[in-house]
Amino acid sequence: MFDISPTEWSAIQLSLRVAAVATLVATPLGIAVAWLLARRDFWGKSLLDALVHLPLVLPPVVTGYLLLLTFGRRGLVGAWLADHLGVVFAFRWTGAALACGIMAFPLLVRPIRLSIEAVDRRMEQAAATLGAAPWRVFSTITLRLAMPGVLAGMVLGFAKAIGEFGATITFVSNIPGETQTISSAVYSLIQTPDGDPAAMRLVAVSIVIALAALVASEWFARRALQRLHGN
Amino acid sequence: MMLRVDVSKSLGDFHIEASFAGAGRVTGLFGASGAGKTSLVNMIAGLLRPDRGRISIDSETLDDTAARVHVPAHRRRIGYVFQDARLFPHLDVRQNLDYGRRMNRLADDPVQRARVTDLLDIGGLLGRRPGQLSGGERQRVALGRALLAQPRLLLLDEPLGSLDEERKVEILPYLVRLRDEASVPMGYVRHNAGEMRQLATSIVMLSRGRVIAFGGAEVLPEALSSGLISANTRTSR
Repeated sequence: MFDISPTEWSAIQLSLRVAAVATLVATPLGIAVAWLLARRDFWGKSLLDALVHLPLVLPPVVTGYLLLLTFGRRGLVGAWLADHLGVVFAFRWTGAALACGIMAFPLLVRPIRLSIEAVDRRMEQAAATLGAAPWRVFSTITLRLAMPGVLAGMVLGFAKAIGEFGATITFVSNIPGETQTISSAVYSLIQTPDGDPAAMRLVAVSIVIALAALVASEWFARRALQRLHGN
Repeated sequence: MMLRVDVSKSLGDFHIEASFAGAGRVTGLFGASGAGKTSLVNMIAGLLRPDRGRISIDSETLDDTAARVHVPAHRRRIGYVFQDARLFPHLDVRQNLDYGRRMNRLADDPVQRARVTDLLDIGGLLGRRPGQLSGGERQRVALGRALLAQPRLLLLDEPLGSLDEERKVEILPYLVRLRDEASVPMGYVRHNAGEMRQLATSIVMLSRGRVIAFGGAEVLPEALSSGLISANTRTSR
C-alpha cells in the first residue's frame, strides 16, 4: 500500500514545489494589494478588489482558459515573455505555479487585509512621531502586528494551491513529471482500471500534507499572537 | 525655542481657530474636554493637517497652507507622549526605548540612555513586555521612549489622564523632574488646573476650539487653583 511509485513521487514533489513557489511569489504581492485595499483610497479600488476576488467566483476552467489565452505561447503576454525573456508558462510546471498562485491569491489576500485593517493606527502614529518614515512604519509596526494574518494567508494560499485542479489542468494539462500534480494524478488514476490503490496512496499523502500545514499554521498563529499581546 | 501656532481646522461641525506663541519651558494647553486640545496638539505633531494657517518652531516652518508646506510627522523631531502610552506590543521595553534612536539613525548613547532610565526609574523594566507593565510604568516608558528620540519639543497629551489618583501622584514628580532636568521644552495638555499650576510656565486656555486666555498661571480659573480638582466637571458644556 505504501510502496510509492516514481510517478507518484514526482506528482507529490511537483505539488509541493508548485504550491511553495506559488505561495512565496504571491505573498509579497498579496501584502502589497492587501495594504492598498486596507489603507488607501484611490480611483478603481473596488475594481481592484473585484479583480482580486475574481478567481474565487469564476469557474476554475474559465480562469485556466483565460490563462491559456493570455500566457499561452501565442497569447499576448505569453508570446512576449517567450520572445524577450525566454520564460514559458504553457505546459510547464511554472505555468502550474502561475495558475495556482492566481487561484490562491484571493484566499491569501483576505486574511492579510483583515489583519492590516485591525492594526491600531495609533501605533503607526506613535511610530511616526518617533521619526519613522512611512515605509519603516510599515515594516517595523504594521507588518509585524499583522503577522498572524500574513501567516494565516500563506497557509490558506498554500492549501488552495496544493489542491488546485481545474485552472491548472486547463492551462498546463496533465503531463506526468512536468505538470501532473497530486490532484491531476488522482484524477487520472481513478479513471484508469486498477488505479485505485495508487489513488488511495496519493489521497493519504494529501491528507498528511493538509494536516501538517494546519498544525504548523496553528503553531505559528499562536506564537505570533503571544508576541503581539506583549506577554 | 519659540513655537508659533496660527491655524484653523474643521472636524465635522467642530471648528478650531487657534493662535498663540509659546516660548516657556512648559507651555500648558488648558481647557475642558472637547475644547480641541488634542486636535491642536496633533496638528503641532504633524498627525493632523490644518485647513488653513501656519505652525513654526523658531525659524522653521512646519505647516504653511498658503505656501503648501507640510512637514510630515516623522521629520518634525517632535516627541509625543499619548494619553494611552501606545507602547509597541511586539517589542519589549528596551526595544521600545530604542525605537526612536533606530528610526532617526542616531548613534548609540549609553550615557543618555542611562540618564533617562534613571530619571524615570525604568531600568528594572527593560526586559519586560508592555503587557506586563502597570499603567504608571507604561506611561513612564512612553516618556522615556519619546525623550530618547531626542526631540526638540515634547508634547504630552494628558499623560496622567488614564491613571487613577494614586498613579498620578506616582508620575507627577517625574514630570516635574523632566521639566527641571531634561533640556527639552514641553507642550502639556491637561484639563486639571492643579497639575497645570505645578508644571506649566505659560498657559494657553482653550474653549470650544478658541484661545480665550494666554499668559502665566494667573489665567487659570481661580476657583480651581487649589489642589487636584478637575476642571473638566466645572467647565464642560
